[in-house]
Amino acid sequence: MKINRFYLGIGTCLVLSYLATAYVDNQYYFFAGFAILQLMVMALAWNILGGYAGYVNFGSAAFFGIGAYSAIVVLELFNATFFTQIIAGGCFAGLIGFATGYLTLRLRGVYFAIATLALLVVAETLIVNWDYVGGAAGAYVLPTKNPSILGVLIVGKTEALFGNYKELLFFIMCMVTLATIVICRYVEKSKFGRGLAALRDNEEAAECMGVPTLKLKLIATSLSATIMGITGGIFPYYMTFIDPVSAFNLDISVNALAMPLIGGTATWLGPVLGALILGGLQQIVTVTISSSANLLIVGLCLVAFVIFAPNGFLGLIKKYRKNGN
Amino acid sequence: MLKIQNLTKTYSGFTALTDINLEVESGERLGLIGPNGSGKTTLINCISGAIRDYDGEIHFNNDKLNTLRAHERTRKGIARSFQIPKPFSSMTVKQNLLIPLEFAAGQSKLDRMSLEDQADEIIEELGLSDKSNELTLGLTQIEMRKLELARAMAAKPKLLISDEAMAGLSSSEVDDILRILIDLNDRTKISIIMIEHIMRAVMGFSDRIVCLDAGRIIANATPSEVIGNPAVEKAYLGE
Amino acid sequence: MFSSELLLNAIVIGIFLGGFYAALSIGLSITFGLLDIVNIAHPAFIILGAFICFIFNSHYGLDPILIGIIFAPAFFLLGLLIYRIYYERFEKIGAEPLRGLAFFFGLMFIIEVILIMSFGVDYQMVHANYIDYKATFGVIDIPFRMFVPFAIAMVMAIGLHLFSSRTFFGRAMQAVAQDSLALRLMGINPVKIKMIAFGISLATCSIAGALLVIIMPIEPSVGRLYIGQVFAIVVLGGLGSQSGTLIAAMLLGLLESLVTTFFGPSWSPAIAFSALILVLAFKPTGILGRVGDTRG
Repeated sequence: MKINRFYLGIGTCLVLSYLATAYVDNQYYFFAGFAILQLMVMALAWNILGGYAGYVNFGSAAFFGIGAYSAIVVLELFNATFFTQIIAGGCFAGLIGFATGYLTLRLRGVYFAIATLALLVVAETLIVNWDYVGGAAGAYVLPTKNPSILGVLIVGKTEALFGNYKELLFFIMCMVTLATIVICRYVEKSKFGRGLAALRDNEEAAECMGVPTLKLKLIATSLSATIMGITGGIFPYYMTFIDPVSAFNLDISVNALAMPLIGGTATWLGPVLGALILGGLQQIVTVTISSSANLLIVGLCLVAFVIFAPNGFLGLIKKYRKNGN
Repeated sequence: MLKIQNLTKTYSGFTALTDINLEVESGERLGLIGPNGSGKTTLINCISGAIRDYDGEIHFNNDKLNTLRAHERTRKGIARSFQIPKPFSSMTVKQNLLIPLEFAAGQSKLDRMSLEDQADEIIEELGLSDKSNELTLGLTQIEMRKLELARAMAAKPKLLISDEAMAGLSSSEVDDILRILIDLNDRTKISIIMIEHIMRAVMGFSDRIVCLDAGRIIANATPSEVIGNPAVEKAYLGE
Repeated sequence: MFSSELLLNAIVIGIFLGGFYAALSIGLSITFGLLDIVNIAHPAFIILGAFICFIFNSHYGLDPILIGIIFAPAFFLLGLLIYRIYYERFEKIGAEPLRGLAFFFGLMFIIEVILIMSFGVDYQMVHANYIDYKATFGVIDIPFRMFVPFAIAMVMAIGLHLFSSRTFFGRAMQAVAQDSLALRLMGINPVKIKMIAFGISLATCSIAGALLVIIMPIEPSVGRLYIGQVFAIVVLGGLGSQSGTLIAAMLLGLLESLVTTFFGPSWSPAIAFSALILVLAFKPTGILGRVGDTRG
């Protein structure tokens, strides 16, 4: 009955997160929670290509930023609803992900990695020069006051599902995170996932054993990019202001990569663990020391784990269990 | 079954294969020999699809292969083993076989159980049963070679190419592999191309032997004819 | 407003810029081109060198290029150390490329953050007599701010070329990429050679950093912008070919100068990266490259 336990867990988390918004008053928790969950989704999405397929993406922030700015574009174009914004974010990022993959995935993984970094700089440069979305100065988003669906008030001071937008968006981010975990787990258990594992272990052999490596890589890239784009699409509504620097921030890329490496890249549990540990650590450090110190810690943790614990926390746990027996 | 016409492969400034014309019949046992650097592996790479930008044509059961990627060729029925084993290192021996079974052998409609049964069968044939659930890291040299062959067999091919599976093995281990290949051909009538340097294996195995030297075919005949061929002797031993 | 005067000056600047880019990339052409180590932190080390230059220039008034040369040995030793770690933990055990990439990515990030913590995010510059000097020949201006780095870059390029082709060690360095086994049979330890090669690569960063801060003001995250440039140049020039790197650097310098002059500077980061993506997509072996290196 393992599958049912998993979905039971997902459902419980969903319910708990809603209850949290109803009963927890301290807004800081939602702020920190949103930040950690955002990074968790990025880490999970990164891991689809990085962990399952072995292709490193340095430009996660590019897909995130493209998602965020797609939201801005549809907002400017036809005053799109929040829902449309995130769909747009996912679609555009997915498309760009596909295109980047199509251009570079036939080459060695190293070139794909560099190309993703290139994409980050190119995307940021393009947006900085594009006045329609505010250029370097940024863009503002004004969430609808007292929105309601089918007569039910979503956000409002009284009698609404959520007390304020931050709580609503925190809950939405929870949903996205849980959905992503479900997707990741599904990939792991599917033929697609097995094919990715084969190509990660030895791409040449996988290809010769009938695995359509290019096709699988493209799917993984597009899926990863789409999820990142959706996450980015939520960002403007949450922050109510974005600019290229915050949307295309390299920290997002580093975290998306560091968290799975620290937690473990083999399954969805790794990025989740990595996000909780590293994300939590960063929150603590930012509050107690400084925000640049927290970045230093991310970098040091990444390098330390890559050198000493290549299979992440989950790998360490596995090793200790084995030695214990 | 396999028809190679005017196959030429050049790298900038260096020609690896020149005007190769070769046919392999269904059920045939072909030995491919030639000194190092004569183009054997390049030829295999062209057939399997690891190299696709060659001149000339390769047909397999009336399908033109040129535009097909390697995995598509495998699905059409061409499987190969690698000279330097390339196992899927995060997987067990059995899981290694499940990949080609699932992806190449057209078996994906079947459920997991019957795929595993088929994998077990092949593992049994190759004598790897006691390592079936072990990770590939712990395998010995000969077990790795057997795994390479097992994997290729799991793709349910019509043509199997064995690339120097016996290199560096002891005499009895060579016999082991030889027996496996001969059995396979006897039982299933799969065509087998065997690339080897170990002459007694090639002689004992092949219906026909093709010898390459500097990218050209210099002999294409029965084993006894090839052995007496002065060009072959020159290629291996020099003037 | 196209004028031949503008064009000529853009070309001259482009050539100087190209030389400078060659200085930036020559170290990477050794690590990535010859040793197949994807040192994505290469530009970060250049920025590190640039900031070291800045401190010593602003506190002690030393000439930036002098500082770059003085610190080159320190960078060399740092390179030895980093390669040692890289070799022990990644190359020797045949780890997945992901690990090595993540390692250098992490280093890059750490360097950037340390620089931000030490210097903040403001732009910094150096001062020397010749920086503001400008020679004029007819309609062509020769700003020494660009000319001096170009000259030093050329000296460095020629020096390294002579080193690679004339000295025993230099030739061993070329050989280690192609045939480590042959080297071993000759009694030479390829690991030692690679270690020294990596050290040299980092030493070039010290000097390149000095050149960078002469040309323009710097701030910690500027390194990221140059990743595209240097990798584009090394790939375009063909892995392992130092003359290819030089040619590619010149081409890129010219292209950037022309685009900046006629379309504005805010587009220039995108040029190199776009060039890189296009090169990878359509001609991965580069101008003078080795065959079969980039195909997956």
